[in-house]
Amino acid sequence: MTSSALSVEDLRVSIGEQEILRGVDIALAPGRVHGLAGESGSGKTMTGLAALGLLPHGSRTAGRVTLGGRNLLDLPQRELNKVRGREIAMVFQDPATSLHPMLTIGRQLTEHMRHHLGLGRAEARARAIDLLGQVRIPGPAAAVDRYPHQFSGGMRQRVAIAIALACGPKVLIADEPTTALDVTVQAGVLRLLRGLCDDLGLAVLLVTHDLGVMSAVADDVSVMKDGLVVETGPRGRVLREPDHPYTRALLDALPREPSAARPGVIPGTPPVEGFDALPKEGS
Amino acid sequence: MSQPSAPSDSPAGGTAPRRAARPGALNNPLARFLLRRIAVAVLLGVGITLVTFVLTNLVPGDPVTANLGQRALGDPAIVAQFRAEHGLDKPLPTQYLTYLGGLLHGDLGMSQQSHRPVLDDLAEFVPATIELAGGAIVISLVAGVAFGVVAALRRDRLSDQILRVISLVGISVPTFWLALVAFYVFFFRLQITPGSGRIAPDMSPPPDVTGLYTVDAALAGQWDVFSSAVGHLVTPALVLAAYTIGLLTRFTRSAVLEVLGQDYVRAARAKGLPGRVILFRYVLRSALVPIITVAGLAFGSLLSGTVLVESVFARPGIGQYAYKSATTLDLPAVMGVGLVVGGVYVLINLVVDVLYGVIDPRVRLS
Amino acid sequence: MRPHSGIRVLSRLPEAWRQPLAVVGGVVAVAWLLIAAAAPLLAPHDPLAQDLPRLASPGPGHWFGTDQLGRDILSRIMYGARVSIPLTLLLVVLSLLIGGALGACAGYFGRWVGEGIMRLADLVFAFPTVILAMVVAAALGASLTNAVLAVLIVAWPSYARVTRGLVLGMREREFVLSGRLLGFSAWRSLRVDVLPNVTGPILVLATLDIGTALLLLSGLSFLGLGAKPPSAEWGAMVASGVEVFDSWWVATFPGLAILTVVLAFNFLGDTLRDALDPRTARAIKERAL
Repeated sequence: MTSSALSVEDLRVSIGEQEILRGVDIALAPGRVHGLAGESGSGKTMTGLAALGLLPHGSRTAGRVTLGGRNLLDLPQRELNKVRGREIAMVFQDPATSLHPMLTIGRQLTEHMRHHLGLGRAEARARAIDLLGQVRIPGPAAAVDRYPHQFSGGMRQRVAIAIALACGPKVLIADEPTTALDVTVQAGVLRLLRGLCDDLGLAVLLVTHDLGVMSAVADDVSVMKDGLVVETGPRGRVLREPDHPYTRALLDALPREPSAARPGVIPGTPPVEGFDALPKEGS
Repeated sequence: MSQPSAPSDSPAGGTAPRRAARPGALNNPLARFLLRRIAVAVLLGVGITLVTFVLTNLVPGDPVTANLGQRALGDPAIVAQFRAEHGLDKPLPTQYLTYLGGLLHGDLGMSQQSHRPVLDDLAEFVPATIELAGGAIVISLVAGVAFGVVAALRRDRLSDQILRVISLVGISVPTFWLALVAFYVFFFRLQITPGSGRIAPDMSPPPDVTGLYTVDAALAGQWDVFSSAVGHLVTPALVLAAYTIGLLTRFTRSAVLEVLGQDYVRAARAKGLPGRVILFRYVLRSALVPIITVAGLAFGSLLSGTVLVESVFARPGIGQYAYKSATTLDLPAVMGVGLVVGGVYVLINLVVDVLYGVIDPRVRLS
Repeated sequence: MRPHSGIRVLSRLPEAWRQPLAVVGGVVAVAWLLIAAAAPLLAPHDPLAQDLPRLASPGPGHWFGTDQLGRDILSRIMYGARVSIPLTLLLVVLSLLIGGALGACAGYFGRWVGEGIMRLADLVFAFPTVILAMVVAAALGASLTNAVLAVLIVAWPSYARVTRGLVLGMREREFVLSGRLLGFSAWRSLRVDVLPNVTGPILVLATLDIGTALLLLSGLSFLGLGAKPPSAEWGAMVASGVEVFDSWWVATFPGLAILTVVLAFNFLGDTLRDALDPRTARAIKERAL
């Protein structure tokens, strides 16, 4: 991997006294999906956020995040804003909260195109419709004028992906992009990501705790634990012959025959008799 | 036959058919909304007049003693005439029903104090208060939202702490005292603001169109009167706004902080939008919903303040009128004030609801 | 059963004491309580004696000056604390008890009773407080007691609303439901499960309300609808300063007394509110206006 699109070297992040990342190294290559796995709290989401400078207030960073010859960690705010959205973009976990509920998706799709690329209103709108088609939203010309709440979860995540791709970035960070979705629509979103990666030559960092998701789409896999990458390599090798005992433990925790059982939907409905008689659960 | 249901773009969405639309005006959401509002307004009007009526009748105070001088009270003929003139000789339920009947024809009764129709009194005094309270709410919204946003963006830093103290002082300072201090300092000592009243004493009011001196003067092109009217408005409006500025600052701060923590704000940062765009387009838009709710509620406290501010600045407005009517137990006048206030309450709520719809498409489209 | 969130809230309150504003508020509030208690010992003059030069500006012997009747303003302010502060506290306790009880009933027993109570509260809310209180005070006749009654009438609904909202939210919570499923009576669950959890927020509201009540009470006195002369009530003292406008000290110092008391309790209440969880805090803010 000589020509990495984004390389993270010795990334260290601490919030207060606590060191969250303790020297993370990851390299993303164009046209490849790099899966970043690990239990919650291992620092995988922090790695993604750090790459865009989106860490919470009061965090300190050290190390290098190199994109196109520049260390993003050193860029002043103004320069960083030129890179964000345009060269590196992000898709968040929950599309119900990552889209502004009071703005049309057209607005949210075009505003950064107009800002970064200097497109006119009509141009940006045409490109927005085009993008919605690319992420397979039905009826893209009408969809631009709708609001997020008028879409289902899976459709919203597709919109979020379209927004991320709008300015033609080279790198896409996807933070648990399917976790908040129904199992039935997860596969579609993952296939879309995979396809976009191949067609556009995107370098994708796919953050997920789900090794099933990982094995479905990732080319390379890194496993994190306690703020460190403990194992990295091609998917096949890491998932079949893990070196690190932690990776082995993660794999052992999976249910048997994971790949076959994943997207299956059992036909029919659960028996509802008696359900109503149970006491309602409080939130 | 049902109307064609809206296309569902959710593949996983519900398949249940949309309920068929029934014909009739009640099915139009806007008509239903307005009807409900009008019903609330009517009920509120009846409630307010009833409460005022009961309050002022079940208590020891007697409008006769409050309105007639000591000498007149000694003359049974005058007392009887006063009672008959104002219908006070009739049983209470009859008095109230008579009043309600008049109300249906737009007749608010005669003021026992000014001997004029209450409606005329209100027409004279309400505009002064509209100017005052309107000016104060505009000042409070601008200053309160600006302070609150700054406090939220500079959270826990010195400027946030200073704004916190300022806003707490704003909600803690007695309005009547602040009015007095402002009058003393700016008018009496520094002589940089005009004194009491609505315009300079040597000017005559502009031709009456709306009753708002500022607007009427501008319409008539009398710019000296206009500037005098505005000058007389600034200090009382600022004094009146002190409380609501404090309130809105605290509230805006917490609303903005809540929005700043939202995912979509982080997503907007990830898009590389400049901070200014994120603040105005993303953060303020969401924060405005709770801010408007509070601003609507705060308008009530502004009207309270007008009583005190108008009394110090000798502005002949509804607060002054309410005070005079209450102290003389001028029942029709008090009920008239109550109706105006209730009407303002309904109107403000309507404005707030409409603004919700303008800001939030989820409200508008549901 | 889940831990009671109310208990968690109360255990978080001590943290608030480390905030500088709360410390300042606490110190000033305690100082005023001490002044009120010890006014006869502290006051340099008799608050009613008219034996000093009239309208003397502040200086040695009478630090806050004297009023138009030759009374010492500092002494009158100290004695005024004995009028305003106890009455305000009484007022808040009474409106808390009345409003809290009505709100709890409205929230817990719902339907007819609840609707009736809440519509009445709405009606009072629609009226600007000063105007309603003014009408009540005028109708009852101008006296300090009647002013207190008038403020009481406009103050209870905010407690009723907050209590009802909290009780409604609490009624559906897991630990309350599980208590009901175990067969406890409605009354027992209200008393044991619900009430302890709403006391924290209600107490914060009460702290914030002390300031509002004092402002309203002194406002009525300022308008001549409360305390009668020669009583050393602060609002009435400010009003007497209007007549002698250029003797600024007559109105200024009593007003400062009101300001410092209200500010002290608002400093306290604001910090305590921050110690509550945000959702409850917002409920208080929205309903307490």
